[in-house]
Amino acid sequence: MLNTAVRSSSSSAFQTVAAAFGAMLLGAFILFGVGFAQPQTIHDAAHDGRHSFAFPCH
Amino acid sequence: MTLFRRLFLAAVVAGVLSGTAASVVQQVTTVPLILEAERYETVPAPVAAPAATAEHAQSPAGHVHAAPAPAEEVTAAEAFQRVGLTVVANLLVGVAYGLLLAGTMLLVGAPVDARRGLVWGIGGFVAFALAPAVGLPPELPGMGGAELEARQAWWIAAALCAAGGLLALGFAKNRFVIAVGVVLAALPHVIGAPHPESPEGVVPPEMAARFAVLSIGVAALFWAALGSACGALMQRVVEARR
Repeated sequence: MLNTAVRSSSSSAFQTVAAAFGAMLLGAFILFGVGFAQPQTIHDAAHDGRHSFAFPCH
Repeated sequence: MTLFRRLFLAAVVAGVLSGTAASVVQQVTTVPLILEAERYETVPAPVAAPAATAEHAQSPAGHVHAAPAPAEEVTAAEAFQRVGLTVVANLLVGVAYGLLLAGTMLLVGAPVDARRGLVWGIGGFVAFALAPAVGLPPELPGMGGAELEARQAWWIAAALCAAGGLLALGFAKNRFVIAVGVVLAALPHVIGAPHPESPEGVVPPEMAARFAVLSIGVAALFWAALGSACGALMQRVVEARR
């Protein structure tokens, strides 16, 4: 009984950490693409947004 | 993976809401100034970001600002496309910051709601808008700056260090961790942001100053909206995990 409770609580903690880090990783990836990636098409498309959000643009 | 799905949904909804709000405000504040600044940018040299830097480097310091070029003719379709792409970029920025914020809320595990979310939003504003802007003020097209990679690296470092410092101040129980957080937040500013040896922008300083303030103002609005929305939408998700 105790063993199961401990196991399920630790697996739930693992799920929480995994979901949180997954979200943060995905967020960082998207932010890098919109705010920092340099290929010309991405830069041009995001240009006004980058300037408005004060990312270093060019 | 239901937890991730709930987290993702909260972040996307909050990001789309705040990205939409920012897009509307930008169109009447920062974007008109960007378009006006581009007219100055086209005067001394043809627009080509890397080449323009070399061109400016040869101009003497303290040169007189040229008059802006006449506004270029743009078709309605081109103007529409430009606004559309800017809105898409803003929505993606909203979703990205939303994911970072919601993920951090879940990781910290402290109770959140719309009002507490507003405080988180203010923290996000300080970390991702104010702290980088202290060293690298928001730039208009045509403003000179140090090398792009160096500025991007400093920007990211300033934002992450400020975020780490704020989280330590807000949630750490150990005084040593709090002290480390404060030192971390100050570190990029002690090192200093990369700047060119002499300013070489073609945009009038008054315009640059107005843009900097407006950009920071829009960021404050965006972060307040994102924080409140994220807090409200994450309330149940965080509660279920406590």
